[in-house]
Amino acid sequence: MSEAELATLAAILAAMIRAATPLVFAALGELVTERAGVLNLGLEGMMLMGAVAAFGTAHAGAGHGAAMAAGAAAGVGMSLLFAFLALGLRANQVACGLALSIFGVGLSAFVGKSLVGTPIAALPALPIPLLSEIPVLGPALFSHDILVYASILAVPAISWFLFRTRAGLVLRAVGENHDAAHDIGYGVLKVRTLAVMFGGAMAGLAGAYLSLAYTPMWVENMSSGRGWIALALVVFATWVPVRALMGAYLFGGVTILQLHAQNWGVPVSAQILAMLPYLATIVVLVLISRDETKIKLNAPACLGKVFHSGR
Amino acid sequence: MLRLELRPQASRTMTFVAPLLAIAATVAAGGVLFAALGFAPLPALATFFLSPLGDLYGVTEWLLKATPLAIIACALALGFRGNVWNIGAEGQLIAGAIAAGGTALALYEVSGLWVLPTVLLAGVVGGAAWAAIPALLRIRFHANEILTSLMLNYVAVLLLAWLVHGPWRSPEGYNFPETRMFTDSALMPLLVEGMRLHVGVLFAPLVAVVAWVILSRSFLGFQIKVIGMTPAAGSYAGFGPNRVIAFTLMFGGGMAGLAGAMEITGPIGQLVPTVSPGYGYTAIIAAFLGRLHPIGILLAALLLALTYMGGDAAQIALGVPLAVTQVFQGMILFFLLAADVLIRYRVRLSLPHGARR
Amino acid sequence: MKITRRAGLGLALAMGLFGATQALAAEPLKVGFVYVGPIGDHGYSYQHEQGRLAVEKHFGDKVKTTYVENVPEGADAERVIRQLASSGHELIFTTSFGFMNPTAKVAKQFPKVKFEHATGYMRAPNLATYMARFYEGRYASGVAAGRLTKSNKLGYIASFPIPEVVRGANAFTLGARSVNPKAEVRVVWVNSWYDPGKEREAAEALMAQGVDVIAQHTDSAAPVQAAEEKGVWAIGQASDMSRFGAKSHLTAIIDDWSGYYIARVQAVLDGKWTSTDTWDGFDKDMVRLAPFNPSTPAAVRDEALGVERQIKEHKFHPFTGPIKDQSGKEVVAAGQIVPDSDLLKMNWFVEGVVGSIPK
Repeated sequence: MSEAELATLAAILAAMIRAATPLVFAALGELVTERAGVLNLGLEGMMLMGAVAAFGTAHAGAGHGAAMAAGAAAGVGMSLLFAFLALGLRANQVACGLALSIFGVGLSAFVGKSLVGTPIAALPALPIPLLSEIPVLGPALFSHDILVYASILAVPAISWFLFRTRAGLVLRAVGENHDAAHDIGYGVLKVRTLAVMFGGAMAGLAGAYLSLAYTPMWVENMSSGRGWIALALVVFATWVPVRALMGAYLFGGVTILQLHAQNWGVPVSAQILAMLPYLATIVVLVLISRDETKIKLNAPACLGKVFHSGR
Repeated sequence: MLRLELRPQASRTMTFVAPLLAIAATVAAGGVLFAALGFAPLPALATFFLSPLGDLYGVTEWLLKATPLAIIACALALGFRGNVWNIGAEGQLIAGAIAAGGTALALYEVSGLWVLPTVLLAGVVGGAAWAAIPALLRIRFHANEILTSLMLNYVAVLLLAWLVHGPWRSPEGYNFPETRMFTDSALMPLLVEGMRLHVGVLFAPLVAVVAWVILSRSFLGFQIKVIGMTPAAGSYAGFGPNRVIAFTLMFGGGMAGLAGAMEITGPIGQLVPTVSPGYGYTAIIAAFLGRLHPIGILLAALLLALTYMGGDAAQIALGVPLAVTQVFQGMILFFLLAADVLIRYRVRLSLPHGARR
Repeated sequence: MKITRRAGLGLALAMGLFGATQALAAEPLKVGFVYVGPIGDHGYSYQHEQGRLAVEKHFGDKVKTTYVENVPEGADAERVIRQLASSGHELIFTTSFGFMNPTAKVAKQFPKVKFEHATGYMRAPNLATYMARFYEGRYASGVAAGRLTKSNKLGYIASFPIPEVVRGANAFTLGARSVNPKAEVRVVWVNSWYDPGKEREAAEALMAQGVDVIAQHTDSAAPVQAAEEKGVWAIGQASDMSRFGAKSHLTAIIDDWSGYYIARVQAVLDGKWTSTDTWDGFDKDMVRLAPFNPSTPAAVRDEALGVERQIKEHKFHPFTGPIKDQSGKEVVAAGQIVPDSDLLKMNWFVEGVVGSIPK
């Protein structure tokens, strides 16, 4: 490969990672929520609130750290609304999540009105010394901003938490069989609320990544349906964190590749090429789902089910 | 401290009282919201909920908008009862519109009473076929239908875009993305002269009845309910879930396809890139808001349709921004969903044990 | 009772006859706008909203304007337009192509209300059409792009394959190749008018292919930001996007509807409104170029501005032959100008465009 081709390859890889980062955040958060047995379809609303809060904070002159915190906090705030309805009042989770999305789209547009069309300083890239100088891999993997690194590091951290700690075991137990978990003495609602809040914080960070780093601006509805893709990726991941990362990179990678393919002279319409990320995700899911036992073991058995403590 | 206590069975009284309480809460909270934004609260609420239905045109438009929501939601509810998560009604609606639109174009300027039924049937088949993909992938490869049906929504949008931008583009349309207008025999007959309400509105109660009969009067409905309660129970009872998966997905898809066919042969009259403002997603809310019961769903569809029209009316009459009407919509849903708690639970005031220590 | 009523009627009639002008002056003209996107898109709908605000500012309490945003281009549009018509709006602007058939239908039902539809081709005695010659801006910016490119690769982020977008990409290519015959324009379709993430991804894909000037026919400033990071030039769209790319923002093709909206409202106030077919560009300031980046070489800037002036004064038309299509076949002979009727439905790319129109 020539030097120019290697540079192109590095650029494609780097673009793929960046395109996937909001999906990684949101999907990992939802994965933890669902592992605790709660289905929160409000990702889109939480992401948008995270995006507008982070952008507004940065725009007001606070540092990027504060902006990211504000994004996460806004996501948590939205998730608490969901937790109050779906866990506190036992309202239907699917409908509450969808309502949360509608609410978040509107609320973010409302509070963000004065922010439209204003710029901020983008979250800076932090090239990792030495590593970022490796050819191809350096620019592709080690020259990103802190949120990209955080999204990648979140994968082993969440895996360790879920599968190697007692708290993670409790969380999974609550998602598997809430009645048994309750009988043993775990606070089902408390665990679930915390899991929902974690999902909210991660969705908020996904939004913050969009409005601070990926496209540092605020426009209404800027998440453009990424919350839905993240939701699908949790299923794709069969509730295993590392597979959520792989799914997001697959989706982001095919998205970038189809944009390149448009100039390779393939005699296929651009609209058909644009279907590829969705079709690829379906095909790969089918391939990994063929072994039925594996899927069954991972899906939280109490997902979306209402828990009644006072049976 | 407030404590929730599960009722032995759902309260009949509360089934009716709860929505009224939700409406009261909505009016109160909405009043505060509008007042805080500088709009007179009562006129704003009246504009939102009453003005859209102020004349015959408004009422016909209301029914027109509620129809696809009701049809899709009634069908989806069967799947949701049986733990089949079809999130792909939007794509199935579009697939139905594509199949129906293709048929209508193939029968361009053909007249005959059979044309419209053929077009609608094509819509049903198209939607069911699109839903058959996740059904097949689930049954054959255990691929989760949440992902497959959701991803196919995006594929359907792009497929429709490709067709109207490309092969099916109207030859008289200056290369703009639209097909020809369908000819009269492929259009839904109107119910009221001068209004857009068409006979398709009658499908909404019909589908509701069919869904009710299936659920409560057929062995299939029994299977759906059994599998919905405990997925493993089906195999003890001697049947696998595959039949339920295939039926509920394809019934949902077929009805979504019918709704799509009626949109393009009704108010739109041609294929365009946008045939649905997200009915397939809104119908999911309608299904749960209506507690997965046909009557409840019909009411929920009417309410949701009204909130969208109210949002438009508030923008036009009062200049309330869309963002505010969306916030208000979210609030209405929150209240309605939260009020449900009263049906299933008793709210008890109690001191937690050991509170004094 | 009867007498009183008749007297009352007579009084009302008299007032109607003699007080007509006074009543008109007191009652503000209601003008409605229907947008396809949210006004917070900072793109197409945002610019129409700026036009509406200009109308309010210009006429003060002589007008009352209303807008409905984010109206889907399906069955709902007709209801919204009709609601505007039946609630006393006398002039209604529907700003997207997908509103054409609904607007035409409502116009038939409300013959006294005046309708204006943007980017369509259906007209009626009470239905006018208007459109902007954005391609003029694209040609002039293409001239600058052709001069500035070092790789001879220009990028064009396209939304949907409709004639307006095809026309824009062609004009940009013709402009670039008029000064740099080696320039090629790579078109990438994103199938969206407005999705910052996707627009950025398209910009990155183009830059990875060696493109060093990026133009866009999508709404967000994301491509400008992506260009800023990589240090390549970008040409904004809809509004001046220089705030999003201090170093990279070469210029932008600005939609300015305010002049047109003010003129049309004035025409209604004067009772002189007629159904017209407007297609304005540089000449009426409906399309403008944003100020060039201060670091643009003066010669390049002046050349582009010179082209702008020539187009503005109708001394030059961007679609003047010889023009070849992608296969190299000459489709417009030297000296000939592509007529508006052909521009309106353009669906072929000129020579120099890399990429294809989805069919």
